[in-house]
Amino acid sequence: MKKYSPSEEVDFLVIGSGAAGGVMAKQLSQAGFSVVVLEQGGWGAYGHEQDYTKDELSNRFPAPVDKLMSDPSQQRNTFRRTAAEKAIEGHHNYGCVVGGGTVTYGASSWRHLPYEFDEASRGGAMAGTGIADWPITYKELEPYYSQAEWEIGISGPNVKTPLIAPMSRPYPQKPLPEKSSGALFRKAAQQLGLTVVPNVAAIITEPYNGRSGCINCGMCSGYGCQVKARSSSAVALLPIAVATGNCEIRVNAYVREISTDASGKATGAVYFDKANDNREVFQKAKVVVLSANGTETPRLLLLSKSNRFQHGLANSSGVVGKYLMTGNGGGASGLFEKPLNEYKGCVTGAAILDYVPNDVKGRGWYGGGRMTARGFTSPIDYALGGPHGAPSWGAGYKKALMEQANRKMYIANFISQMPLETNTVDLDPDVKDAWGLAAMRITTQSHENDMKAVRFFIEKSVEVLKAAGAHTVWADTPSDSKGGAHARGTCRMGNDPKTSVVNKYHRAHDVPNLFVVDGSSLVTGGRNHPTMTISALAYRAADHLVKAAKSGNVTI
Amino acid sequence: MSDSRRTFLLRGFSGAGAAWIAANWPAQAAAAEKAQAMGSFTFFTREQAAEIDAMAGQIYPTTDTPGAREAQVVYFIDLALVTFAQDKQDVYRKGFADLGAKTKSFAAMSSADQIALLTSIETTPFFKIVRDHTLMGMFAAPQHGGNFQKVGWKQIGFDDSLNFRAPFGAYDV
Repeated sequence: MKKYSPSEEVDFLVIGSGAAGGVMAKQLSQAGFSVVVLEQGGWGAYGHEQDYTKDELSNRFPAPVDKLMSDPSQQRNTFRRTAAEKAIEGHHNYGCVVGGGTVTYGASSWRHLPYEFDEASRGGAMAGTGIADWPITYKELEPYYSQAEWEIGISGPNVKTPLIAPMSRPYPQKPLPEKSSGALFRKAAQQLGLTVVPNVAAIITEPYNGRSGCINCGMCSGYGCQVKARSSSAVALLPIAVATGNCEIRVNAYVREISTDASGKATGAVYFDKANDNREVFQKAKVVVLSANGTETPRLLLLSKSNRFQHGLANSSGVVGKYLMTGNGGGASGLFEKPLNEYKGCVTGAAILDYVPNDVKGRGWYGGGRMTARGFTSPIDYALGGPHGAPSWGAGYKKALMEQANRKMYIANFISQMPLETNTVDLDPDVKDAWGLAAMRITTQSHENDMKAVRFFIEKSVEVLKAAGAHTVWADTPSDSKGGAHARGTCRMGNDPKTSVVNKYHRAHDVPNLFVVDGSSLVTGGRNHPTMTISALAYRAADHLVKAAKSGNVTI
Repeated sequence: MSDSRRTFLLRGFSGAGAAWIAANWPAQAAAAEKAQAMGSFTFFTREQAAEIDAMAGQIYPTTDTPGAREAQVVYFIDLALVTFAQDKQDVYRKGFADLGAKTKSFAAMSSADQIALLTSIETTPFFKIVRDHTLMGMFAAPQHGGNFQKVGWKQIGFDDSLNFRAPFGAYDV
């Protein structure tokens, strides 16, 4: 792997190596530019993925060097519902390894739908919410979705329905095999007149680009993939970047500041070298690309204060960290007569799509969501969570645990969440992380509209499970989201520097050579998992950035 | 048993992880390996082990199928407390002290009295962690000391094969 000296001014410094950072590193280095990627996590099993464990206990309590996620006792964070409350210790964490969250994610890879890019124009601004049009259309992003799907390796159904975004090219791989939960979804769908399709996943089902197809081992979400079937940045993108000879991935680099000069240009970043007593290193760069995820990206901008940028870097609008959307969930569980064995295969099964589009008149709330089928995934996790409607220990617990283990199906819903100015990532005034930096503070409370949506989906889940033949059904208690892996919206794109952080090319309005590309760029959250949209945005951003850099002026 | 301890050290964690264990838990893990082979304990005294064995036996009882005692969960917990759950040692120490104030020997009490006592301490950190460790010991891979002969996995129909092909269950045939 190419190595650069920190004092050497590289063309691009990419902060983060996940869904967006992986794409940026690959595209920029393939175009011939010198690239340093700073990743705060370790290598994981990069290049020797067969060493990823399937042992649930080891995966749950990894040795420090084997950690794949951030640790809330180190990357400390706090949580509160509203600004009136004092935040308490939080449990938010995220992928923290070369490849970021894509190393361990469930890998659902749905596109946003065309009407999710101009919701304000279509539906009108909704009082009390920050719903706004994106500065780009679905049509502009479509070719990059396609590029992402083919380069990264996505499996999915090739069906034409208005419930799925129109595609110029089919998915490169056939979908994952149907599970029992999917068959039960179809049974219910026949009765209820619903549309069921297999999941769209960044998991290959047949050999692709030198990687093996999924072996349905079941130790999937939360685990590194031993056969490289999960199309993470670490197996699908970063090795190509490294092979160009232009890209260095530098691990254990915990960035504390993006530095700027007197003219307001970014000059590089200062990081703690975690493997060397946290000594501070300054990496010089011509252009900085920030891809640290929807929560760490706004925090790093807010940490990067200076005389010129007193409210944080790229924050003249005051919008950095605002409009956080973590997405809502909730569903129901049902018991069936025969075993489903849902622990085999990938975690996310088939999808019901009929409630994805808006139906404000019919339902009385704005938004939509996707229903997904799943069951118990791994023994320890299942046992600690415990069976439904039973005591938490003793003979009653044991009886219910054994009865429900393989006969239970769960419907998890992924539901839209309104962008609200009051839902934020900012700096906790009191709590510091393990490096002495202000901890991340998450403040989030869903709009009442969204809680209506949650209740709607819980009711629909009960209806579907009953139609599928469940003899016992338990509805989830509606609950508001608290954070987690799908954070987005916190550095929104827009044409107006007063109301957005980056422009339609992902360049910070306030900084001529700083680009912010990740979940934080999303203007609205969508009904689906955000990763595929993050990947497509990164391909689009890289395309424009490469052209601009080649012409000698990145200030686009 | 000594082979399964070695498996824990070498295979349970990935290569780099094993090095970390060797550097950080050397004496304890080696002692635990020896101890289970001899039917003795590393962290627990014999008396403490008997108390934990009895508690685990009520948390996940033996019915017409094996429970925590048959799964040898107490060995799992003993090993856990000198490895990944070292930070929970004090919770156990305090728990034993509190338990001692309530009964001379939990293990010697009648089953009904044991259940009543455990119910009265259900919300304590000690009970909660013994509950969680019991269930982990029941359902973690046998190389970690419990789930003897995969009794826990068999009860919930979990097949630990390394790969599967569809059909997976009764409804997708």
